[in-house]
Amino acid sequence: MAAATQQLAWGRFTLRRDAWWLQPLLVILGLGGFGLYSTYRVFENAHYVAGLYQSPLGSPDLRGYVPWLQAFVPFTISPALLILPFPLLFRLTCYYYRKAYYRSFFTMPPACAVRGASSHAYPGERGIFLLQNLHRFFLYLAILILVILWYDTALAFGLETGHLVVGLGGFLFLGNVILLSGYTFGCHSLRHLVGGKLDCYSCDEGSKARYKVWQRVSWLNTNHMGWAWASLFSIWAVDLFVRFLDIGLIRDVRLL
Amino acid sequence: MAQRGNVTMRLWRGTAAGGQFVDYQVAREEGMVVLDAVHAVQAQQANDLSVRWNCKAGKCGSCSAEVNGYPRLMCMTRLDLFDPGEPITVAPLKTFPLVKDLVTNVRWNFESAKRIPPLKPGPLTAEEQRKGEFQMMQQDVDRIQEFRKCIECFLCQDTCHVLRDAQDTDKFFGPRQMIRLANLEMHPKDSADRIPMIKKEAGVGMCNITKCCTEVCPEHIRITDNGIIPLKERVVDRYYDPVTMLLNALRPGNTKLR
Repeated sequence: MAAATQQLAWGRFTLRRDAWWLQPLLVILGLGGFGLYSTYRVFENAHYVAGLYQSPLGSPDLRGYVPWLQAFVPFTISPALLILPFPLLFRLTCYYYRKAYYRSFFTMPPACAVRGASSHAYPGERGIFLLQNLHRFFLYLAILILVILWYDTALAFGLETGHLVVGLGGFLFLGNVILLSGYTFGCHSLRHLVGGKLDCYSCDEGSKARYKVWQRVSWLNTNHMGWAWASLFSIWAVDLFVRFLDIGLIRDVRLL
Repeated sequence: MAQRGNVTMRLWRGTAAGGQFVDYQVAREEGMVVLDAVHAVQAQQANDLSVRWNCKAGKCGSCSAEVNGYPRLMCMTRLDLFDPGEPITVAPLKTFPLVKDLVTNVRWNFESAKRIPPLKPGPLTAEEQRKGEFQMMQQDVDRIQEFRKCIECFLCQDTCHVLRDAQDTDKFFGPRQMIRLANLEMHPKDSADRIPMIKKEAGVGMCNITKCCTEVCPEHIRITDNGIIPLKERVVDRYYDPVTMLLNALRPGNTKLR
């Protein structure tokens, strides 16, 4: 039998009773934590290098190419300040991170079927957000930086010492560039450029070859979110390792 | 283990003019889905309860509703998914105008679909002319086959915040129509150019990639990754990337640039 009626207004915030707020909260903690840490490192302007290890937050060091820039700011420019805007733009325009920050920081929407906190509706890609359409150009820069980070990893294994160096740092660097490569080469824009833009994968030899590349990028792209987070935390871990090593808080474990 | 006893079904009763949630007690049976419980209410306690359904097998897309606030097919949502002591709330799709109880008017989806130009077959190849039919290779079929799984339940349209919260139906066709557009645009035999429409009339720029459409899709179509984002990238080729724009200008008539 029907029980007493419940006067619940349909159209309120949400009817969901599960922990829909957990995911946006974790994203705020993760991205916010990394944002605060990297900002601190940008202005700390120290401990980017420890022995063979060059932190990814300060590599490559571009200060020598733009010495005139120092005259325009009242603080000492760090290598991190010059290089970080490029990977930052790559990640800010990334199709995965757009989901992460629109849900968590803009609450548009915070979770599925949950009304956002803002009284403003999402206006579309307008103003500064038109930059989101230039993701592929930030991808090109990210690939360039990735090449340098692979070189830094070779240095961590003793490329310039003349003999093989195998230490904990080397493995951390290797893990980091592998994760960064998985993230970069699983990019949605790259997936489009290598073959996604084609309508016919069987029409000629060129499109057949591009289909195979597209399949591989698609495989990486399937878990773009996982690569995005893993590579973010690996950058964090490697930088902490280099910083602590340089400060003298920890020592590298050398096998060779 | 089977759960015994009653379950409280908290169903929305009313019309666009107003209404409320009403609690009904239903005997719980093993393997019961939400639609079974709603039918039990309709058969035994509220003969005037309006609910839309057809196949009860997750393929007709008729019984879409919001179960405990989450867009789902009622026929594919088992009662044992939820805490047995808690009432199960069933509300109509919030995005669309309410007709009565759990039934909404989803006509707008069909109206926007009508505005999308249908497949426009290009010329046959010499081989196809000889055989007198189109030929498609498996790798070309695979990608668009995913889009053809759509059962038009409109759960993606319901959860899209652009349509749901802002009711911006004049600016964005919604995820369902993006999948329709992707299916046509990526078809190797299609020769129509829908990119200007995708940017302007269909409003692909209104999607901010929050992926709720993908999350709720009962057919597990990767709507955002495989449909909307590839369409956005094609719009970038045409309107935002100076390199591809230049190449386009140098190759007039070639709208499907490689």
